Amino acid sequence: MRASLALIAALLATPLAGQDSMPPAPYAYRQLEDPAQEAKARELMETLRCLKCQSQSIADSDAPMAGDMRSQVRIRIAAGEEPDQIRRWLRERYGDYVSYKPEVSAATWPLFAIPLLLMLVAAAILWRRIGTRR
Amino acid sequence: MIAELGLAALWLAAALAALQLVCGALAARTEGEGSEVALITRPAAVLQGALAAFSFAMLIWVFAITDLSVKLVATNSHAMKPMVFKIAGAWGNHEGSMLLWVTVMALAGGLIGFAERRLPERTMQATLAAQGFVALGFYAFLLLSSNPFERLPIPALEGMGLNPLLQDLGLAFNPHTLYFGYVGLWVAFSFAVGALITRQVTPDFARAMRPWVLGAWVFLTLGITAGSYWAYYELGWGGWWFWDPVENASLMPWLAATALLHSAGVLAARDALRAWTIMLGVVAFSMSMVGTFLVRSGILTSVHAFAVDPERGSFILILLAIYIGGALLLFALRAGTVAEGERFAPASREGALVFNNVMLSAILAIVLLGTLYPLLTEAFDVRVSVGPPYFNPVGAIFVVPMLLVMAVGPLLRWRHDSLSRIGREIALLAALVLASLMLISIVGEVALLPLLGLALAGVVAVGSVLPLRGRTLRRVPLVTWGMVIAHLGIAVALFGMASDSAFTRERLAALAPGQAAEVGPWRVVLNDVAPVAGANWTALQADLQASYQGGKSISLRPETRTFWAPSQATTESALATRWNGQLYAVIGEEADQGRWQIRLWWKPFVTMIWFGGMLIAFGGVLALIGRLSTDLKRRTVTRRAAARRAETRALLPEPAE
Amino acid sequence: MNRWRLWVPLLLFLGFVGLAGVMLAKPKSEFVESRMVGQELPYFALRPAAPDRPGLASADYKEGQPRLLNIFASWCLPCAAEAEQLRRLAEQGAVIDGIAIRDKPADVAAFLARYGNPYRAIGADDLSEVQLALGSSGVPETFVIDGRGRITYQHIGDIRAEHVPILLEKLEEAGA
Repeated sequence: MRASLALIAALLATPLAGQDSMPPAPYAYRQLEDPAQEAKARELMETLRCLKCQSQSIADSDAPMAGDMRSQVRIRIAAGEEPDQIRRWLRERYGDYVSYKPEVSAATWPLFAIPLLLMLVAAAILWRRIGTRR
Repeated sequence: MIAELGLAALWLAAALAALQLVCGALAARTEGEGSEVALITRPAAVLQGALAAFSFAMLIWVFAITDLSVKLVATNSHAMKPMVFKIAGAWGNHEGSMLLWVTVMALAGGLIGFAERRLPERTMQATLAAQGFVALGFYAFLLLSSNPFERLPIPALEGMGLNPLLQDLGLAFNPHTLYFGYVGLWVAFSFAVGALITRQVTPDFARAMRPWVLGAWVFLTLGITAGSYWAYYELGWGGWWFWDPVENASLMPWLAATALLHSAGVLAARDALRAWTIMLGVVAFSMSMVGTFLVRSGILTSVHAFAVDPERGSFILILLAIYIGGALLLFALRAGTVAEGERFAPASREGALVFNNVMLSAILAIVLLGTLYPLLTEAFDVRVSVGPPYFNPVGAIFVVPMLLVMAVGPLLRWRHDSLSRIGREIALLAALVLASLMLISIVGEVALLPLLGLALAGVVAVGSVLPLRGRTLRRVPLVTWGMVIAHLGIAVALFGMASDSAFTRERLAALAPGQAAEVGPWRVVLNDVAPVAGANWTALQADLQASYQGGKSISLRPETRTFWAPSQATTESALATRWNGQLYAVIGEEADQGRWQIRLWWKPFVTMIWFGGMLIAFGGVLALIGRLSTDLKRRTVTRRAAARRAETRALLPEPAE
Repeated sequence: MNRWRLWVPLLLFLGFVGLAGVMLAKPKSEFVESRMVGQELPYFALRPAAPDRPGLASADYKEGQPRLLNIFASWCLPCAAEAEQLRRLAEQGAVIDGIAIRDKPADVAAFLARYGNPYRAIGADDLSEVQLALGSSGVPETFVIDGRGRITYQHIGDIRAEHVPILLEKLEEAGA
């Protein structure tokens, strides 16, 4: 954790040059009125990646672009779009990189195949070690 | 002068490590005892420890006096820093932290060379040789590529200062914990390699290794817990774990160490699980090194990209390849000849621990997979993101069964038991699970994973104290108390995690002075936002008054701070802690019309996460004390018995011709 | 354990070492590329960001002339650095439109006065909406748009001297 301690600097401490002076997007820091919609938006935001940060969701970042993305998400949810539609829209533009939600695709199938394999291997080991003894 | 002394000591220590390697290797080859070189190995290890410690002391000295002719001091320190942070600056950088690691390794090796006598001497020689081999690589890394004592041709006029974010006591002293953990695992690794080389995989080997694994595990637990809490209050969004690659790099050794701990316990007690223990001994240290590599090489995208330097990364990778590759090769060649241990029935404590091992290994594999996968795809120019939505559910597949078995495992007897004997306890726990699941899902809208977490937390908590039932508490061994408290700590931490996921309330408000916002049972009023100044920063501080369910007001003062050397901005959150949770307050930017963004969270029972972590570590400490005192007693008893035998023999008359 | 299974950990580890070695040698790509290259420009209509240039709309790109679309901001340091290259591109006949991200009109005017104004039109994108719609993830970025409004090429980061001929070439290809 040494490194993480030293370098949460990169995250927390935003260098002061290179920041815009415009106010944040309207819904970057404002919740939706309807708690159910806000919950949907929040769930979606926690699984979308902030593109300008190193490794965070847009729900956890103060970067202006993350704020803009949050605003987009909230406005669209309020307008009635489904989270999956919004996610698809973003993936059309940025690829799998922008989404943390695991979806099976040509690029990600090992992420699902390997846990399945692990389950089989674990079962096999347990069966051999425990099942056939005594 | 001081720096040169430190550097010279480091070179000498490296030379001794080489000596240790050579003598230990030669001594381990000879079948009988009495090889002269064997007499050199242990003193070499002890002296190496002393020299490395001296070298580190020299480094601290140059930082304490701010010797600006030393490059490391010039780039990392400043004459105006408080003394405690000047000293902390010694290890607050790549070179210094590597020297710290090497010093701890050398001291541990010296201690083992001095005190460990349980194992056959040949195995000890092999173990010390393995230690010397690994230490040599680290010395080479330090001396050839990351010299902490490098001088500047012209001394700097003033130091560049330590990152103000690091001028926090918690951060100043936290790095030790993880390094101590890694060093303990290095010791376990060397024992495993020594045992493999000499084919002596015995309960004594496990007993020698166990306190080191326990100690390492306690430190890792503390390090992870502290790091998580630090991230929680510093990052300003209330998150405490992100499955970030650097976090995973510290979690993976912990998972391996947990499995190793239990496996070594079985080997020590029942002489079973020999191959597992060896394998885990190698894997645990491998994970430490892989983690170190991932963090320091810069090949992973992370918030925490350490001083990125591909040259350093390559060096570590080469060391990794030699040591871990070598150990795994040795394992592949020799493990087949390790004799089978004792047999045991499926329903037995050994059986439950095998299950535990397999599950922990699977979780470890998943964390490793998720962490490395983006790296793999990037090699093909495809970029993917793997984060909490993957790790949580996929990890849960293995965590849930593991916790269920953990609840009943300690109740099983060794070697051979039947589930019907503990039928009543199983029924109780099953009923508890079902009742919790039903109750919680009726009471609140809780997602599946937090729901499972809450239910299992209760079950594990009850299961952890069941072994105490019917026993005289004063006479329960310390080791058993350790197990009970550590398992209870898991339950408590799990409860905190699930509760945070399930019941956190968030409120983002734009408040003008005088306005209030509500979050959960709290009502928070913004009084004022005013500038404040500190040693090397200025800040805008909000004066909030928060009251819980209309009770007495508490003052909270979150800030946005701006440091000026180097120029950085941070958020300082303000926390109000109650027994049943925390109010987390952050001030953001000024919104329009004189209103301020205030972010508020009510997080029920979130502190249980770190309290649980401390309990786990405490349980480990109790177990460690218990083991060490038993070992000491055994040694005293053996020594006294030997002395008595010698006396008796002296009293007897000479045997007649 | 069976004999061959004992070799699995070593093989997996060697795989990891290989992967790590490859990745260490590879230069690190920080950029997130847009998936919109090859697609039609999404609909947008932005108000003018500078007093002496018109605003920008996606309809402008259906007129048959391939153009460069430069995403920039006055607070972005590399954008100042690339202003010189944009000027050279404009001199060589490239038509450049700009989108200013999250910028106040006064700041844009000051930036243009200081570093030159090679743009035909500049749209103001205060909420990064168009930036998101294009799949751009930062400033500065430059897109090549063909005469029918399709995105044919994306250049991420500031434009250096060596990129100028490449961009001109891409423009020509788009015109063909």
